[in-house]
Amino acid sequence: MKAIGFITVIITALLLLQAEKDFPNWGDPESPASSYRLSQHYITQTFPETTVPNMVTAVLADYRGYDTMFETVVIFTAGIAIIGILRVFGSSSQQEHKEPKLTTKKPDIIVATTCRLLLPIIQLFALYVVAHGHHSPGGGFQGGVIFGAGFILLALSRNLQSAQEWVPENRILNLAGIGIFIYAGFGVVALLSGGNFLDYGFLTKLLPGGVEDARSHSMLGVEIGVAFTVTAIMFSIYSNLASNGKMKEGI
Amino acid sequence: MIWIFDIIILVFLVITSIIALQVKDLLSAAMIFGVYSFLMCLLWAGMGAVDVAFTEAAVGAGVSAVFMISTVLRTDRRSSD
Repeated sequence: MKAIGFITVIITALLLLQAEKDFPNWGDPESPASSYRLSQHYITQTFPETTVPNMVTAVLADYRGYDTMFETVVIFTAGIAIIGILRVFGSSSQQEHKEPKLTTKKPDIIVATTCRLLLPIIQLFALYVVAHGHHSPGGGFQGGVIFGAGFILLALSRNLQSAQEWVPENRILNLAGIGIFIYAGFGVVALLSGGNFLDYGFLTKLLPGGVEDARSHSMLGVEIGVAFTVTAIMFSIYSNLASNGKMKEGI
Repeated sequence: MIWIFDIIILVFLVITSIIALQVKDLLSAAMIFGVYSFLMCLLWAGMGAVDVAFTEAAVGAGVSAVFMISTVLRTDRRSSD
């Protein structure tokens, strides 16, 4: 069986290397992707149309906002699926007796202190990444992952219960839903203001500034929605994996 | 001279991917996947795709490694393959 896999890998690699000859050079301005007029529109018109310097975020959150909304829904669905597979609700009393007592070992002082000092910095950086996502690299996904990683660090350095004092399970699921609600809410408000779904230019009545500023501010709003969902789902996946779905004792 | 860094990173990528598949200890394999993701992140950053590099560092090298390690610790550490 291993030999068949090895031969398949070799043949696929040879085919890929063969196809690689047809690729344009890296950074070639004449390549089809660079010379297509849609790419040129994004490169030249992103800043005049949206006042957002980071055109990656502008394409993600504005021009292709529909894609990003459903990417967030995909992450939400993945989290729900992991809860559905792993989470064990209300075990019977017989199993309760067999389980060992929860270890309430005091965390190591060096680890606990380092993580306590590190955690505010991680969370501040995550908020910066979310809030500054349309001016510098970053955005809702990255910021949400970093914020969720902060909670995971808390759960690792102490135990799962002390992290769950901050983010209990029901609050996590509410947060994940609220994130998508914020994102879709921007779309629906644009729809009610007379535009298309997620057409942020029509939000000028609610947001300060002109059409360009409305698009920039709406991008920040939807990034915050994405960050809510991603933070919640990342910590939910971790706590389900680490506690065998019982949400009592982590690693 | 950026191509020298590219060659070094690509060689390490091949090495880490082969080790991650060959090693019997799944905890080591999970950690080496983290290293692989970080090398990919360096490659993206070298190409100027900073947003992709950032995502790769946060999701690939950070959180997925934690997910895989916690799964390994909760299941079986030895590969039956």
